[in-house]
Amino acid sequence: MYKKYSVAFGAALAVGVAGLAGGAMAKVEGDTIILGSALSLTGKYSTNGFHTQKGYDFAVDRINSMGGVKVGGKSYKLAITYYDDESTPSRASQLTERLIQQDGVEFMLGPYSTTMTKAVAPVTEKFKVPMVEAEGASRSLFTQGYRYMFAVLSTSEYYLAPVLDIMADKAKAIGKNPADMRIAMAFENDGFSLDVRAGVVDKAKELGMKIVIDDKLPADLSDMSATLTKTKALKPDILLVSGHSKGAATAARQIEEMKIDVPLISYTHCEAAKVQEKFPKSAQGVMCPTQWLSNLPKKDKYFGDAAKWNSDFKKAYPEYSVVPYQTAQASAAVLVFKDAFERANSFDRDKVRDALAATNMETFYGDIKFAPEGNNIAKPMFYRQIQSDGSYKPIITQADMAFPRKADY
Amino acid sequence: MLDNLQLLFVYAPVMNVQMIFDGIFIGAVFALAAYGLALVWGVMNVKNLAQGDFVIMGGYMAFSLYHMGMHPIAALPIVAVLMFLFGWVSYLLIIKRVIDNDMFVSLLATFGLSLFLQQVMNLIYGPEVQTIDSKFPIATMFDSFVTVPMVKVISLLLAGGFAALIVVFMKKSRTGQAIRATAQDARAARVLGINTDRIYAFTFSLNAAICGVAGVLVSMIWVLQPFYGIVYSLRTFAIVTAAGLGNLPAVIGVSFVLGWVEQYAGIIMGAEWQIAAAVMVLLGVLVWRQIQLRRQRQVVR
Repeated sequence: MYKKYSVAFGAALAVGVAGLAGGAMAKVEGDTIILGSALSLTGKYSTNGFHTQKGYDFAVDRINSMGGVKVGGKSYKLAITYYDDESTPSRASQLTERLIQQDGVEFMLGPYSTTMTKAVAPVTEKFKVPMVEAEGASRSLFTQGYRYMFAVLSTSEYYLAPVLDIMADKAKAIGKNPADMRIAMAFENDGFSLDVRAGVVDKAKELGMKIVIDDKLPADLSDMSATLTKTKALKPDILLVSGHSKGAATAARQIEEMKIDVPLISYTHCEAAKVQEKFPKSAQGVMCPTQWLSNLPKKDKYFGDAAKWNSDFKKAYPEYSVVPYQTAQASAAVLVFKDAFERANSFDRDKVRDALAATNMETFYGDIKFAPEGNNIAKPMFYRQIQSDGSYKPIITQADMAFPRKADY
Repeated sequence: MLDNLQLLFVYAPVMNVQMIFDGIFIGAVFALAAYGLALVWGVMNVKNLAQGDFVIMGGYMAFSLYHMGMHPIAALPIVAVLMFLFGWVSYLLIIKRVIDNDMFVSLLATFGLSLFLQQVMNLIYGPEVQTIDSKFPIATMFDSFVTVPMVKVISLLLAGGFAALIVVFMKKSRTGQAIRATAQDARAARVLGINTDRIYAFTFSLNAAICGVAGVLVSMIWVLQPFYGIVYSLRTFAIVTAAGLGNLPAVIGVSFVLGWVEQYAGIIMGAEWQIAAAVMVLLGVLVWRQIQLRRQRQVVR
C-alpha cells in the first residue's frame, strides 16, 4: 500500500517537475525565444495564410541576422512553431491550446483573418498569453475587453469611411455641397463587412451624406445585379462595396457588364481579387483601401523604409511580383514583439504584456501605438486609385484623385 | 420597401426589362443543373449533394482550357466529355455501392464526394475567385439603361439547345427509352433485358456532363470559387423539389420563376432577401402541394 502511494507520488512529482521544466524551457530554449502561431496553411484562407507566414519568417530571419533580441544583457534568437489550422476556427482554438499547454509557448503571433482570431483570442486570454496579431481587423475583436491581444493593423471601420472624407473635400473643390452627395452601398452579411459598413454609416451621418441604397449581400451570392440595377436607376455619386475577394470580383465583373458610371467607386480587396488584371475596364478609377503602401515614408532600423522592405522581401521570395500588405503587417507584428521583449527586459508574461501595451514605435509598416482595447490607433488606412495601365496610384488628398472616374466600357 | 416599389413601377419602369432579362439568364443556368439532378433523383433515387460541385468542377475545367488558349465555348464539348467520364468513374467507385442502400447512405456518400471535390479544387486552383473573360460585346438598350451581355444570350441559347438535345435523346433513342423504363420500374426493366447497372452509370454520367456544361456557362457569367458549389446545390434542390421529379417543362418553368423571384426580391426587399425569397417560394409550393394532396408518382418524361 505504502509502496503504491509512493510510486504514485513519485510519478506525480516527476510529471510536475517535468511540466515546470517544460514550461520554463519551452518559451525560451537556450538562447531561442519560441513564438507560436496557428496559421491557415490549407483550406480557404491558405493563400493569405502563406502570405502571413512568409511575413513572420522574413522578420524573424532579419532580426536574428542583426543580433537577435537583447534581454538581460544576453542575445536571444527568435523561432516560430507553426500549426496548420485548416482554415477552421475550432481547429485554430484547439491548436492554440496545444501550443500553450503542450508546447509551452508563452508568446503568440496571430492567425489569418478575423474569424480565426476570434477563435484564438479567448484561448490566449484564458492562459494570459500575450498575442500580437496582424490579420484580424474586425472592430468586434476589440470590444470584448481582451487584455493580452494587440493588433498592428487598422480596424475594419476605417476601410471605406475615409473615402467619404476624400469625397467631401473633392465636392468642395468642385463647388458642390458635400451634404448633397448620395451613397449606394452593398456589404456582405458577415462580421468584417458589417464593421466596414458601420464605419461608413457613422461617417456619412457626420458629413450629412444620404445613403440611398444599403444592401447586404448573402455570403454565397455571386450575383449582385439587383443592387446594381437599382444603382443605375438612382444615379448616386458614390458606390461602396465590401465582400472580400469574391465581392470585389463579382462587383468588378458586373459593374463592367452593366456599364455602371458612378463617379466614385470604392471596394475592398482589389489587389487580392486582381481586378486590375481581370477586369481592366471596370477597375479603372476604382479607389482601393490598403493597410500599407510600399512607398510609405516610414522606417525602422531593421528593414529601413517601406520600399526597402518591399525590395528585400522580393529578393528573399522571388515568387512575389507584388507583395500583399498582409505580409508587411505580419513582419511588423514580429518587430513589435521584439521591441516589447527588450523594453520589458524579461520573459515574464505580464511584464511583456505591459510593455506591449506601452508600445509606441515607428516601423516600415507605419506607426504603432495601441489603444487600451489593443487596436493600433497610430496608423491610418491608405487609398490607391487604379490607373488605366493597371497600376495603383497612392491618393493622399482629393487633388490626387481622378474624378469623376473615367468609365471606358 | 415602398420607395423601392415606387422606383420600380413609377420612376424607372425600364428596370423591369433588365430584371426580366437577368431572371431568364439566371434561370437558364439553374434549369440545366436542376434537370440533371431531377434525372438522377428520378431514375436512381440518389439525391446528389455534390451537384453544385460538379457545376464548379466543369467551370474549373473550362478555366484550365481557357488558360491553354481555348475559348470557353470551344471548351464546352470537351468539358462535357470529361465530366461524363468523371461521372462514370465516380459511379463505379462510389454511387454503385450505395445505390441499393437507403436514402441516408447515398446522401452521406454524395456529401463526402462534395467535400472531397471542394478540397481537391482548392488544392489545385487555390481559394481565390477565378473568372473567365469571354470577350463577347455587351448590347445596350433604352439609352444604355438596360445592358444585355452577349455572353448571357449565348449561354441562354446553349442551355436551351442542350436541353432540347437531352429531351430528344430521352424520347427517341434506345438508351433514353431504357432510362425512362428503369425509372418507372427497375425490376421490370431488368426482366425485359435492360442492363440497369449500365443505365444507372449512364444516367449519373449524363448528369455530370450536364453539370459540366452549366459550369462552363457559370465561369463566363459569374465567378468560380472551390466552395461555391453549395449555391448551385441549394438552388437545384429547391427547383427540383418544387417542380417535381422528371417534369422537364416544370423544372424549366420553376427555374425562370426562381430567377425572377430572386431579382425582384433583391430590388424590393434588398439583396439580403434574395436567396431567402427563393427558399420561401419552395416552402410555399410544398405547403400548397400538401393542401392539394396530389401524391401521384411521377416519372422522367
